[in-house]
Amino acid sequence: MSLLDVRGLTIRYGDDTVVDGIDLFVDRGESVGLVGESGSGKSQSALAILGLLPRQAVVSGSVEFDGQQVLGAGADVLDTLRARRIGIVFQDPMQALNPYLRIGKQLRQVPLAHGLADGEDADARVIDMLASVGLPDPERQFRAYPHELSGGMRQRVMLASALIAEPDLLIADEPTTALDVTVQAQILDLLEDLRDNTALLLITHDLGIVAGHCEHTIVLDKGRLVEQGPTTSVFAAPSHAHTRTLLAAALRVDRGEVPAAIDGSTILSVGDAAVDYRDLQAVCDVSFSVREGETVAIVGESGSGKSSLVRAMLGLVPMSAGRVVYAGDALEGPVEDRAQAQRRDLQLVFQDPVSALNPQMRVQAIVEEPLCVHEPRLSAAERQDQVEAMLDKVGLSRKFLRRFPHELSGGQAQRVAIARALILRPKVLVCDEAVAALDGSVRQQVLGVLREVQAETGLSIIFISHDLAVVRSISHRVLVMYLGRLVEVADSAVLFAAPKHPYTRALLDSVPVPDPVVVPKRAPLRGEVPSPANPPVGCVFHPRCPKADGRCSSKVPALRDVDGARVACHHPNG
Amino acid sequence: MSVNRSIRITGTLLLAITIAALVGPWISPHDFLERNVDDLLSSPSVGDMHVFGTDEHGRDLFVRTMVGTRVTLLVAIVASLVSLVIGVTYGAVAGYVGGRVDAAMMRFVDTLYALPFIFFVILLMVTFGQNFLLIFVAIGAINWLDMARIVRGQTLSLREREFVEAARLTGVSTARIIYRHITPNLVGIVVVYVTLTIPQAILVESFLSFLGLGVQAPQTSLGELVNVGVRQMEVASWILLIPATLLALILMCFNFLGDGLRDLFDARHSS
Repeated sequence: MSLLDVRGLTIRYGDDTVVDGIDLFVDRGESVGLVGESGSGKSQSALAILGLLPRQAVVSGSVEFDGQQVLGAGADVLDTLRARRIGIVFQDPMQALNPYLRIGKQLRQVPLAHGLADGEDADARVIDMLASVGLPDPERQFRAYPHELSGGMRQRVMLASALIAEPDLLIADEPTTALDVTVQAQILDLLEDLRDNTALLLITHDLGIVAGHCEHTIVLDKGRLVEQGPTTSVFAAPSHAHTRTLLAAALRVDRGEVPAAIDGSTILSVGDAAVDYRDLQAVCDVSFSVREGETVAIVGESGSGKSSLVRAMLGLVPMSAGRVVYAGDALEGPVEDRAQAQRRDLQLVFQDPVSALNPQMRVQAIVEEPLCVHEPRLSAAERQDQVEAMLDKVGLSRKFLRRFPHELSGGQAQRVAIARALILRPKVLVCDEAVAALDGSVRQQVLGVLREVQAETGLSIIFISHDLAVVRSISHRVLVMYLGRLVEVADSAVLFAAPKHPYTRALLDSVPVPDPVVVPKRAPLRGEVPSPANPPVGCVFHPRCPKADGRCSSKVPALRDVDGARVACHHPNG
Repeated sequence: MSVNRSIRITGTLLLAITIAALVGPWISPHDFLERNVDDLLSSPSVGDMHVFGTDEHGRDLFVRTMVGTRVTLLVAIVASLVSLVIGVTYGAVAGYVGGRVDAAMMRFVDTLYALPFIFFVILLMVTFGQNFLLIFVAIGAINWLDMARIVRGQTLSLREREFVEAARLTGVSTARIIYRHITPNLVGIVVVYVTLTIPQAILVESFLSFLGLGVQAPQTSLGELVNVGVRQMEVASWILLIPATLLALILMCFNFLGDGLRDLFDARHSS
């Protein structure tokens, strides 16, 4: 008999069926991946298993854990199940930890409440657990408040709290989605190492994680279970069309075509740029240029300064040193002081399309506004024509004109944002994590729109992303940033084939590959990105670098040419 | 009680009171200034159409209460509109422009806050004589300060939103950003705040009239009626109770309406 036995699970909110008759089984010690796009019902199913759904939810079917019915069970039954027999890790550890309680105090509640230990025993057990999830100095962390820890540390604490009672089942709902890719690799390793005989139900949108860490895969689509089976066979021979769509949209960082480098005249260049926020140096001495019709990707984890760099370039935040030259003219000062002709040529697309669109304006007004400002002589009918043509280009029909942003899905909203940015036919488009919030298939469509417009108009694109698989598929050249510094610049073909900087190599090794045949590499880097307020001396990467020696902690490496790439490292290739 | 129901009930009540205040004096056979020495302090009765009774001059209390309600509502609404226009413009400009302009504008608001209000009103009354217009000025002068602070705070956070950055990049002028992007997104909070300012203004007006600094006899307002009622409290309690109850009812309705609207807008935001 299965440890977890779910049959015909259906969840409704009013007339809205979010989960529709799902059957799933998890055996003892087994790891099962539950994948699906947003709205597929994967998180709702997990909450139902835990008895955590809100009161409005109407649940039917059966959820048995170790022979015991969970649906409709009383608080006493659920209390002994949760934490004691089923551990839980959520996506956002800051939401899951009480900010007013010290870490130790929160974690000792678990062994105390379940009578596993008392008083000092409980404390000792918590400290042991904190040590085994890899927290340095666990006795100090025991007394720390959640805000004193970094995101990765907090997720380690959550893992500790989920595993402290040695549960039979661990449910992890997007446990690494909020983390940087090198930290994600560490947490996934930890999950693998600590699990022992605990079964794992891993909920994720990332096929790479499932491929590397789950024996069994279940695919959900719009509340229905569309496919399940051993991970290798689901990936090798998917039987359902939706699974094939998901797999086709899952980009690989380790193979696939890389756009060839582009020759062209330079349209935009940034020299020795620096951005300071009070005493924090977000960007330090960065120079790069963009050619006509080229896509340049800027890659880095949080705190790398990639957003600050382009925002300073665009004049949204002050640049403390350096210069920006566009088409032979210097761009200076805040965006309000720049010439209108320059402003229309440089446009930006944001990560979150919902907050990038004014909630009080209709799609028509949003897309049309740039025209009202720059081409006031157009008649309303001419503007209307242009707006419709633009929406058509991004793949939205005329019925969207009258909609408000909250009536759009994420992908539709992002296409409206792109239409607004492109309607003035800019020369340079900056995409700041523009596809990060989108599901795989929608992401493919948006990338397709960008490629098409580029082929048609020779648009140059600066593509900021933390996702190297996406970068591989779209960019001609890549800049890698770490703590506000450029560490490597190379054509995509060169960079993905032979990364020179140890950080670039670590980034590439950390990305999960959606192929169960590829054995996931162990996390290549220890620790997390240090605070930019207090950067390490010498090479900023040296505290995490596997190759660091004495020189690295004293001397800052300059960017220099190494085999067709520019690298800032004392030991490239070495 | 569901949000929509609380809005509907309080809205209907307020509408009923307003209509009664507008139509009542016109239907009643009595005039609000008409004295009748044979009928002093008579208790409420339907027979001679003194449904709320009469006051110490024999004037019909129903008509006087309705006229008083008109004045009270008028003062409150006009004063709130004044504070709305000044407060929203001032707050939105300070919040969006930011920097030194913001600092200077908000320090000016702080300075006005520090003025002792009653002292300020008495000074106004003494200098300019008692004048109906002065009451608007006095109430508007304090209410717009709160409005400006709230709107500025909201604008500060709106200014950082990405759709505003997108507009800046596109070349939209500052005036147009404030008008097209900032103000429409303030509507929710402003509507809620106005419905909460109105009862505040009513209270201030009543308070001033009660002290004898507001509306002057023979003109009347709810506050002035309460003032008169207090003097007759032991002989003819209805002269106090009727306008006081009505005043309390109006205040309660506006407070519930404000709360209801706030919940409504919150729900819209979160969904």
